[in-house]
Amino acid sequence: MDFDLSRDQREIKDVARELLTARSPFAKVREAAETAAYDPALWGELVELGWPGIAVAEEHGGQGLGVVELSVLAEELGYACAATPFLSTATAAAVIQATGTDEQRARWLPGLATGELTAGIGTRELAADAAGAAIVVVIDGDEAQLIESPETDLFVSIDPTRRFATIVKGEEQPLGPGAVDRIRTTIAAEVVGVCQRALDMTLAYVKERKQFGVPVGSFQAVSHRCAEMLLATESARSTAYYAAWAAGADPQLLGEAAALASAAAAEGGRSVTASAIQMHGGIGFTWEADVHWLFKRAQLDTALLGGAKRHHAALTRHAVAKLQQGVAG
Amino acid sequence: MDLTFSQTEIAFRDELRTWFAENDAGVEPDGDEDRQYAWRRDFQRRLADGGWAAVHWPREYGGRGATLTESAIFFEELGRSGAPLPANVLGLLLAGPTIMTWGTDEQKERYLAPILTAEEIWCQGFSEPDAGSDLASLKTRAVQDGDEWVITGQKVWTSAAQYSKWCMLVARTDSEAPKHKGLTYFLMDMEQDGVQIRPLRQITGEPEFNELFLDGARIPNENVLGGTGNGWKVALTTLMNERAGLGFFLQVRLRQLLDRVIDEAAREGLLEDPVIADRLGELHLRTEIVRLTAYRGLTAIEKYGQPGPEGSLTKWMWSDTNQRLTQLVVDLLGPRALRADDPWAYELLRARGNSIEGGTTEVLKNIVAERVLGLPKSR
Repeated sequence: MDFDLSRDQREIKDVARELLTARSPFAKVREAAETAAYDPALWGELVELGWPGIAVAEEHGGQGLGVVELSVLAEELGYACAATPFLSTATAAAVIQATGTDEQRARWLPGLATGELTAGIGTRELAADAAGAAIVVVIDGDEAQLIESPETDLFVSIDPTRRFATIVKGEEQPLGPGAVDRIRTTIAAEVVGVCQRALDMTLAYVKERKQFGVPVGSFQAVSHRCAEMLLATESARSTAYYAAWAAGADPQLLGEAAALASAAAAEGGRSVTASAIQMHGGIGFTWEADVHWLFKRAQLDTALLGGAKRHHAALTRHAVAKLQQGVAG
Repeated sequence: MDLTFSQTEIAFRDELRTWFAENDAGVEPDGDEDRQYAWRRDFQRRLADGGWAAVHWPREYGGRGATLTESAIFFEELGRSGAPLPANVLGLLLAGPTIMTWGTDEQKERYLAPILTAEEIWCQGFSEPDAGSDLASLKTRAVQDGDEWVITGQKVWTSAAQYSKWCMLVARTDSEAPKHKGLTYFLMDMEQDGVQIRPLRQITGEPEFNELFLDGARIPNENVLGGTGNGWKVALTTLMNERAGLGFFLQVRLRQLLDRVIDEAAREGLLEDPVIADRLGELHLRTEIVRLTAYRGLTAIEKYGQPGPEGSLTKWMWSDTNQRLTQLVVDLLGPRALRADDPWAYELLRARGNSIEGGTTEVLKNIVAERVLGLPKSR
């Protein structure tokens, strides 16, 4: 039993954190948001590092790593709240790698892995990075559909660090079983990063900010709320990485694992980022303080995940099924 | 990352499962606690005969030198089997490891073996009416008289006191020293006139815990553990051990309770109600989060020697989930779950203690805030 990142995975995480701290600080995020445009230089750098193809086989031009590594990158990009098409492109690529036909893989993976092509991801009514994408991978009930050259309508959301669209039409091809779970697993990993950043910003603030002669972080109303933010973040982390592990090591567990990860992230993302605004006091409510980017990202991620309640219902079904099969608890 | 058990761990688990299958504890006897305690004590003797009473103890003291993961597996399987927690759980989990860490060779020789067989039961004399969360402010006095110490004071929340031979007693030996420094840890004989036990009735109606009145109780000098004035450090060893293995037992019990609720709800057609399906699904989520986070904590200790944030979070999460579960049951089953003799009613009431015993949730949040998040000490 080793429920921890490996040394190599930790290294990927550290490198990503360092890179994004330098190349995508909040000043850059704000710039991308206010101009409603991604920074091509940043995306170019991620492409050069091979990140979009992290979970694509080497034979298709990818890095040949797995869903855990993909989750690590998604988490770090979530931590930075970076404005790039990484989540959609890398997740679509990973999903096609794992559940696509040989034809779908051969057709799309090389372009996605090298960043020549980008992909969208989401549902028909809310698809991230769908406009102008070569393909969109769409959650359709329990199945995922691969839509080529989709016709889209712009959807301007409250999260200007990411492009959204609705899918009007496009030719659809189904992807294999487990595709939807894999999409949600990676979104959940991004949420872990968003939560961690919200927590870290909050801790820095409440240690510095003084009122009544003391740091506000010394008041239990504040420190206890921070403890609750940690609990929600670590809950999302435990489930997101469990699902990422299951995707590669034991896909039979993935259905339930993805539901756990989705529910924890959908709930945790919104509550942690809301707490972050609150713990920043008046400043938290300003555009300039940057806390709101995380709140907005979390809101859209929860919408992409379909909300927590859908997954609670799924979890009850999983629990009942396990009991009926006499599977040990 | 690997969330499976190794071949060795699977072999350990399978050997244990076989033993449990061949050594059914039977049904918990109804009604009086003396009979229930005798049942637990007898089962522990059987565990000891099989070499399973204290897997986490080194082999030289009668254990199996189990790794943390194997220890977790033991407690999970114990929970799964329906067998009771060993009667001498405080001896096995607290006194034994504390004596192994701080004891002289003579003390280890004298005290460890009878813990395993449940021949000598141990209780904990830490908390006092005026010293709960602020344990270091405890006031029970130990005054030297020749070769002995004379104890005066009061302890509370002492479980199994009426069955205990020995008590892990922390008392103040130096009132001049700063509060954490004037304490000494003693191994006190419970069978003497100076120790009086009074049952303390809980909201469940049962006296699971007791008060101890110490008036002229005597402890020989050789029963000081870890040196005079070193009591706080020794007590910390006890407190750190408090939750490790027990947590896995409690988690499995939580899972079993939840499975019973889901099973009952499914059979009565209650899962058709989307609100109920939602609340149960959320409980399933929380229960799995406790399990997964505990495994992360296990890995952290095995790899890095100390727990990460998970260590402080699991007890908090477990107690919160158990309380939500037992409350949901009342909503699901209706007034029948509030009948005085209903087992669910007992669970509802008993669960209120979960967020208080072993560190209140409020104190755990302080610990998380200060030690994990690095926030300044609260005022």
